[in-house]
Amino acid sequence: MNKFKLRLYITGKTPKSERAIANLEDICKRELEGLYELQIIDVLEHPQLAEEEKILATPTLIKDLPPPLKRIIGDLSNAEKVLLGLDLMPAENGTKRKEGKQ
Amino acid sequence: MTAINEHRFVEKTETGIEGFDMISEGGLPKGRTTLIAGTSGSAKTVFAVQFLSEGIVKNDEAGVFVTFEEPPDDIRKNVMSLGWNVADWEQEGKWAFVDASPQPGESDVIAGEYDLSALLARIEHAVRKTGATRLSMDSLGAMFGRFSDAGLVRSELFKIASAIKQMGVTGIITAERTEEYGEVARFGIEEFVADNVIILRNVLESEKRRRTMEILKFRGTSHQKGEYPFTVIKDVGIVAIPLSGIELKQRSSTVRISSGNSELDNMCGGGFFRDSIILVSGATGCGKTMLSAEFAGDAARNGQKALILAFEESREQLFRNASGWGIDFEQMENDGALKVVCQYPETQGLEDHLINIKHTILDFRPNRVVVDSLSALERVSTIKGFREFVIALTSFIKHQEIAGLFTSTTGELMGGTSVTEAHISTITDTIILLRYVEMFGEMRRGITALKMRGSMHDKDIREFNIDGKGMHIGKAFKNVTGILSGHPKFSTTEEVDRISELFK
Repeated sequence: MNKFKLRLYITGKTPKSERAIANLEDICKRELEGLYELQIIDVLEHPQLAEEEKILATPTLIKDLPPPLKRIIGDLSNAEKVLLGLDLMPAENGTKRKEGKQ
Repeated sequence: MTAINEHRFVEKTETGIEGFDMISEGGLPKGRTTLIAGTSGSAKTVFAVQFLSEGIVKNDEAGVFVTFEEPPDDIRKNVMSLGWNVADWEQEGKWAFVDASPQPGESDVIAGEYDLSALLARIEHAVRKTGATRLSMDSLGAMFGRFSDAGLVRSELFKIASAIKQMGVTGIITAERTEEYGEVARFGIEEFVADNVIILRNVLESEKRRRTMEILKFRGTSHQKGEYPFTVIKDVGIVAIPLSGIELKQRSSTVRISSGNSELDNMCGGGFFRDSIILVSGATGCGKTMLSAEFAGDAARNGQKALILAFEESREQLFRNASGWGIDFEQMENDGALKVVCQYPETQGLEDHLINIKHTILDFRPNRVVVDSLSALERVSTIKGFREFVIALTSFIKHQEIAGLFTSTTGELMGGTSVTEAHISTITDTIILLRYVEMFGEMRRGITALKMRGSMHDKDIREFNIDGKGMHIGKAFKNVTGILSGHPKFSTTEEVDRISELFK
């Protein structure tokens, strides 16, 4: 399986940011153990990076790899939507994940 | 006491937008945000861009442009024709974009709570980086289409609007309207920026587009009220036409200038005044253009400069006709004493004509201006627009302390007045009427000075002829009455004498 490359943009250490980080780490542990690389970017510290990525809302999770590029907005409390956004089928749908798909 | 004084004035920032600073009595309220609302195509984006570019060009003030609708690259391209090189300013660090325009590709997945604090952080960063004192946001309504939660967008934008106030920048926020006369803006955006509201309109009136701007409110400071026409022109941008801002403070000179015809000068008590507005009215072909050619030609002969704005005839026609009256326009133009601008009235709107005429006058600096004919310009505008045009043009000419001669074509061959006259007769200082007089199966021509402000003048209606040397004014039509009404009646000499005796 391909490695996931993820970036999470947050604005300051707000409760919303903390929630997003916790929720994401949860999902990754469950679904992508050892298969992901996560970078957390605080927009307040690196506004230029937010400008380049044209981030409006935070938290925003960007999935760079595997393609296609996806953006997921919110504190990631809706795990089902996050999995959908990451192109990982939710567990209830029988097959856990689609493998071998480039 | 001091506390009261400190809060007494809302300072203003001159925008640099021609005419607008006059309407707004000094510009936009400094350190505050102003809402610019308008329907699509009402030049909101141009206003927002121009606010920044004038700041850079005229005051060396940096600006930040937050775009919600058009991608920065489109804006850079679109405003090139207005003479603004945004890319260069970006290189110099005087202009920064905050790109919040929709990105191509799949729409984002929403998975939980979010806010727009990243956008605010980017705006703050751009303002800090450039040291901007001006900020434009265009156009806010686009944000509502991007996120499903309108309530959240509204409260977040409100947060951003208040944060901008804290930054100390003077801001513009543009917003869409759905109709020209109705609610201020869609999505209740005016609630965020309740202090100052400007409305741009682009109204279709008798098949003609008419742009106007209106300052709806400036909290705590004054401004001119009502709608003012404006136009967007190449290499300049928005130019507003402040009508009520025009003051009647022109100086009046007693210096006389020749009309180019000594007999007409005599009729006017020694010539026209140097800074007066002269209206020459008459039916088609009765000598208006000739009179204006003589007037312009006289300037050239006396070391002065004349500008002819012709809206009825082509250059070739005009030059040929002038040479028929013994006036060599070509030579005069080569000598730099004359400039002839020929244009169809339909080539542009009246507002654009006005701005172009102003620029031509400022450029060429003539002593005399001829507009032949004013009534041709009537065609391209509504009555209201035409009236505003005439007032703005006459007051501008008077401010330059030069003479303006306008011709006006009457609808009827004999007698009659035109709409043009009805609109401008009170503004003009001198009115010369040229009229056909039917006498014993022959068309003869009469001239009279109807009005000559500040001077004695001949009250007779005199006959005149035109030949290869111009106009020759002869004797008065002593035995004819009713020429101006278009119904000449002949009376015997004895009758005229008898009436004259009665009034002695």
